[in-house]
Amino acid sequence: MPMETQSEHIVRSYDEQLRKVRDMLARMGGLAERQVNDATVALVRRDATLAAEVIGRDAALDQLEREVESFCIRILATRQPMAIDLRFIVTAMKVAHNLERIGDYARNAAKRSIVVAQQPTLGSLNGFSRMARLVQENLKAAIDALVNDDAEAAARVWGNDEPVDDVYNGIFREMLTFMMEDPRNITAATHLLFIAKNLERIGDHATNIAETVHYAVRGDSLPDERPKADSSAYAVVRPPE
Amino acid sequence: MGSMTEQTTASPAGFGGMQARSAEALNTQARISVRNLDFFYGTNKALKSINLDLPDRQVTGMIGPSGCGKSTLLRVLNRMYSLYPGQRAEGEVLMDGRNMIDASVDLNELRSKVGMVFQKPTPFPMTIYDNIAFGIKLHEKLAKSELDDRVEWALSRAAIWGEVKDRLQSSAMGLSGGQQQRLCIARSIAVRPEVMLFDEPTSALDPISTLKIEELIDELKRDFTICIVTHNMQQAARCADQVAFFYLGELVEVAPAAQLFTAPREKRTQEYITGRFG
Repeated sequence: MPMETQSEHIVRSYDEQLRKVRDMLARMGGLAERQVNDATVALVRRDATLAAEVIGRDAALDQLEREVESFCIRILATRQPMAIDLRFIVTAMKVAHNLERIGDYARNAAKRSIVVAQQPTLGSLNGFSRMARLVQENLKAAIDALVNDDAEAAARVWGNDEPVDDVYNGIFREMLTFMMEDPRNITAATHLLFIAKNLERIGDHATNIAETVHYAVRGDSLPDERPKADSSAYAVVRPPE
Repeated sequence: MGSMTEQTTASPAGFGGMQARSAEALNTQARISVRNLDFFYGTNKALKSINLDLPDRQVTGMIGPSGCGKSTLLRVLNRMYSLYPGQRAEGEVLMDGRNMIDASVDLNELRSKVGMVFQKPTPFPMTIYDNIAFGIKLHEKLAKSELDDRVEWALSRAAIWGEVKDRLQSSAMGLSGGQQQRLCIARSIAVRPEVMLFDEPTSALDPISTLKIEELIDELKRDFTICIVTHNMQQAARCADQVAFFYLGELVEVAPAAQLFTAPREKRTQEYITGRFG
């Protein structure tokens, strides 16, 4: 449920500036979502052209991040924002940074998908589609929470990263199996592992955004410990007998 | 649900330094305790049941729109109002267990304990030396050399000694606005008060003089309990350990500065400090 709406500033141009920051972030969020989606589609369909488009579009996200940052710095310098406005501006800069990182991961996934497309097929890649859908949902919900000042929606996103980790663990085991079955799978499987890791990191950035949004709206922080289910960090491979 | 004003705790991520400083503020004892204080200008009630502690050797900032009662409270703290008929205070301003607004407390004694610096510099039309010595002579009998020492000490503490030491016998009226204000601070310090009240001390000064006064306040709080009224929110955020927000004669919220300016509890505070007061 969105919080009660804030009344307007006495200086109207200040409201307009804050709205502009919100719009820029919404645009950035939309672009980041699209990049994640297209990178995954390019992978699943073995579509190198789409992958190349994703790689080319990343510069737009970088540019938007710089714009958000310089605009926020200008607001800090000229308005000296306080309380909820201050938290919002600091949050906007952090969110822009997270979105830029998400773009980098999507670009990296797209690059690797071009290599993967030249290798023998490994399984259905359904796990990748599922994972991409989950992180996109979280990313979209986090950006919506930001745009609507909705702390509770942000808290929900923050606690909703576990399914992503579960899919990631599944992919991790699957790829290890492919590699153990036939060393010729190692190239594709390694790239796919990195792509899965990229998606998993994108999910983490979405929860980071949610966490920051929660702080922006409520002024207090979510607990340090987030529910996490990534067990791949402890995985041990046993070679076939 | 989700309302800003429901929040009672705040841990503003990324403001660790400020937080640590305000945690300190909460640990010290109150030098002055205001209890159930009402104040009247004739029949107009300008302060309504104020309860506020000024922590020992900390800076308390008082903010609020014009007419909210913050300057009135400052004037109550050293009974400035007693000069004016029709003005009266009810309640307690406790210092060392005594109610300082009670008529039984000697006014001169109170003023020597609680000094005041005003918005506009108010040097006396006399020499720089006499500006400082004047107040001391009212309270104490000192030999010439002791008096010289005290004048130098006060001017040094007010960070103006270097600028005036060679012209102590010149008129104070020839000093710049910023220097005059530091001279007035020196004059207050000279009688060795325990509490210093600043009523918008920098609103008539240029930015550099303002920063010098702020630096001075930071320095002075090692020895004095300080209360500053200011319209400059950033100044309150920079100088104060705790900040009190007043509105229509009420104390709406008092909190460590780091909390009040990043995550205030009260909606009225938020609207005021973010410039949304309508």
